[in-house]
Amino acid sequence: MAIEVRIPTILRTYTDGEKSVTGQGADLSSLIDDLESSHPGIKERLIDLKDGKADLRRFVNVYVNDEDVRFLGGLEASLSDGDQVVVLPAVAGG
Amino acid sequence: MLRLDRATYDGIVAHARRDHPDEACGVVVGPAGSDRAERLVEMVNAAGSPTFYEFDSTDLFQLYKEMDANDEEPVVVYHSHTATAAYPSRTDIGLAMEPNAHYVLVGTREHGNNDGPVEFRSYRIIGGEVTEEEVEVVAQLPARSNT
Repeated sequence: MAIEVRIPTILRTYTDGEKSVTGQGADLSSLIDDLESSHPGIKERLIDLKDGKADLRRFVNVYVNDEDVRFLGGLEASLSDGDQVVVLPAVAGG
Repeated sequence: MLRLDRATYDGIVAHARRDHPDEACGVVVGPAGSDRAERLVEMVNAAGSPTFYEFDSTDLFQLYKEMDANDEEPVVVYHSHTATAAYPSRTDIGLAMEPNAHYVLVGTREHGNNDGPVEFRSYRIIGGEVTEEEVEVVAQLPARSNT
């Protein structure tokens, strides 16, 4: 089961400069755990704890096959072989 | 230093004036690694706020998909400050995630929607550190080199 994950410039320090890596997992949460095992440190940039519960960081957007994962169940969004996951930091400020 | 052609500079200023008192935001895209700000893309401020801006998540995805297909990157990320100085706020610094981009701030507090001088300043924001840089406005960008 291979899932392609597109990595934004700011996180390529964790992937030896690679724009795209592969991982596996039946849902987004497992995929991120799998990425963490090959690219230590990346999980903390994607996830934080809110009231003791892990959630995607507010200013990190993740898309599965072109759809914002927040509309697909967030960390519980299910994944299948061949899915494409794209990580994009929000462009935001005050 | 940031170099912009006159039309792009004027386009950013016009966008900031038009959206005042809300913050306006957008990018100027160019070939990856070229540092050439070639194509102005106005974005919708999904926050619709005088104190915050955020690209809509679907628009953001489409923008990056398009840039990826064309081997481009955001050379400039701009937004306006409508009541405060054209200097990155703490939020701006905390959320600056494009280490290669020039962060442009346009200040519209003096004249709002009307004509008149605006503040137009550019910064590098890397790892929480802000460095202001010069802005040079030229009639046209020099021709692309073929290297």
